[in-house]
Amino acid sequence: MDTRVLKKKLGLKDRYAAMTRGLGWQTTYQPMDKVYPYDTYEGIKIHDWDKWEDPFRLTMDAYWKYQGEKERKLYAVIDAFAQNNGQLGISDARYINALKLFVQGVSPLEYCAHRGFAHAGRAFRGEGARVACQMQSIDELRHYQTQAHTISQYNKYFNGIHKSNHWFDRVWYLSVPKSFFEDAMTAGPFEFLTSVSFSFEYVLTNLLFVPFMSGAAHNGDMATVTFGFSAQSDESRHMTLGIECIKFMLEQDPANVPIVQRWMDKWFWRGYRLLTLVAMMQDYMLPRRVMSWKEAWEMYAEGNGGALFKDLARYGIREPKGWKDACEGKDHISHQAWNVFYNFNAAAPFHTWTPTDDELAWLSQKYPDSFDKYHRPRIEYFREQHAAGNRYYSKTLPMLCTTCQIPMFFTEPGDPTKICYRESDHDGDKYHFCSDHCKEIFDDEPEKFVQSWLPVHQIYQGNCFKPGTDPTKDGFDPLLAVLEYYEMNVGRDNFDFEGSEDQKNFAAWRGGRV
Amino acid sequence: MTVAAVKEYSFPARDTRDRFPAPLLYIGWEDHLLFCSPYCLPLPPDMPFGALATQVLPGIYGYHPDFAKIDWAKVEWFKSGKPWKPDPARSLADNGLKHKDAIRFRSPGLTGIKGSFS
Repeated sequence: MDTRVLKKKLGLKDRYAAMTRGLGWQTTYQPMDKVYPYDTYEGIKIHDWDKWEDPFRLTMDAYWKYQGEKERKLYAVIDAFAQNNGQLGISDARYINALKLFVQGVSPLEYCAHRGFAHAGRAFRGEGARVACQMQSIDELRHYQTQAHTISQYNKYFNGIHKSNHWFDRVWYLSVPKSFFEDAMTAGPFEFLTSVSFSFEYVLTNLLFVPFMSGAAHNGDMATVTFGFSAQSDESRHMTLGIECIKFMLEQDPANVPIVQRWMDKWFWRGYRLLTLVAMMQDYMLPRRVMSWKEAWEMYAEGNGGALFKDLARYGIREPKGWKDACEGKDHISHQAWNVFYNFNAAAPFHTWTPTDDELAWLSQKYPDSFDKYHRPRIEYFREQHAAGNRYYSKTLPMLCTTCQIPMFFTEPGDPTKICYRESDHDGDKYHFCSDHCKEIFDDEPEKFVQSWLPVHQIYQGNCFKPGTDPTKDGFDPLLAVLEYYEMNVGRDNFDFEGSEDQKNFAAWRGGRV
Repeated sequence: MTVAAVKEYSFPARDTRDRFPAPLLYIGWEDHLLFCSPYCLPLPPDMPFGALATQVLPGIYGYHPDFAKIDWAKVEWFKSGKPWKPDPARSLADNGLKHKDAIRFRSPGLTGIKGSFS
């Protein structure tokens, strides 16, 4: 019997090869195509998986070691934050609403990403791609956990956080992030990587994390800043996976180029639409402002993104179709989105408000071409009416875009006074969209999007009431019945910030007055 | 284009007429973006079109100071974005409105709070 001889310790490069490429094999009992049925049907042709480059050369053993160290630091900060009542150090209780939006709409996406990467990783026959997806899958689970743990401290003191998982699957505006990810997860593994790793993580992620994390820093929320830092080194690995996957597909076969281009068109637009929530958060929800959405867009999208698409031009890739419309929207979408939540705040578990005079002046200064002309008069009117006891709450359900599922508030490119309506006929029914690009996404795959779970339609179909609800009963209030199904605490989680329990409590804890 | 899939891809549409108690109608008021988006309403097909202005829209749009100033005889209607002349005495169905149609109305001369189209 042979005894295994202990070899000399492997060098970094050899160890990396052994711990990734060395873990794979060609199957013999079953054909490879049967073991990996999902990495060919999208039409992407791969001739040589060994051309997949792994810039980080991270192996699982090293991965666990690094992540473990980061966890220890993070949890030490979270503990200190809790023991020192860190929640009292924030700028203003209005700030918490940005965190509510984060834990309701962003953290669940981390969990979706965890699932998506686990699935994509299993689907690839190339070991390099598999290992990278596996690590990212674990990263995303870690991000979800650290965010839940960090924000749970706020949940002890503020409303609108307690049911965020339950809300993600039910509440109308959360169908926007949810449907985004479900669209990605139900695509093939290459499209999934193009959507999440490339379009979202590589092109748009700075627009998500920088505003939230610098917003947290400016507003005294050190716990959130810390989970942001703890995730940052992971994010750079994720961005690398995104660009690596794109270059790999483009270099493997020229026939891949048009497929990748179509996915980029689609996922740039879907990601951009999703970021509308961030735009609004940045311009309206941070008591101490960092930079405007418009400035962030110019810096991170127009600057970095523009250079990226120039770089990819050598493969025959052009900038995404929606690029110009997205750039045009930078003057308007944050104001329009805030108006949606101001209108529908009876049905949203976070607070809205009208900006103070200083904040209005800041908005006028940051948006010289649009704010005073189109948005300020409405906000001032709302403020007067609210002061007179006539705060506006819409009780009628909005028309939604079938693709992005956002209420149809976006205006025509070039005309911020006109709502943009687009429609398609499919199989005897009409479908409506907020833009040319959402329409095109539908027209490319109508069989997929006719299944959209549109919250407004689901409410009208009677699918959003608790079991046993009787809509024929006298005095039946459908809105209240829906909020009950959402498990929102009406009067605490929703309505204007002015007069809210959050506002009163925070003032009392800080020894101030409302 | 169709969906790339490993086997036949066919699933029922989720929002067909038979799934709702009444057909859906989408309605928007042009130049008044104080109301952030058009609305979605299930409305009985035999309701007279004129009842929109008297029964349905006041509850939705009455908050706006312009609403009371609307001269309904002068209102311009659009269906799927194209000019359209509905007959207020006839029903929604007889005016040709079907499930998930989108209509808009414009009230000439009214341009929102301080002319901001809001």
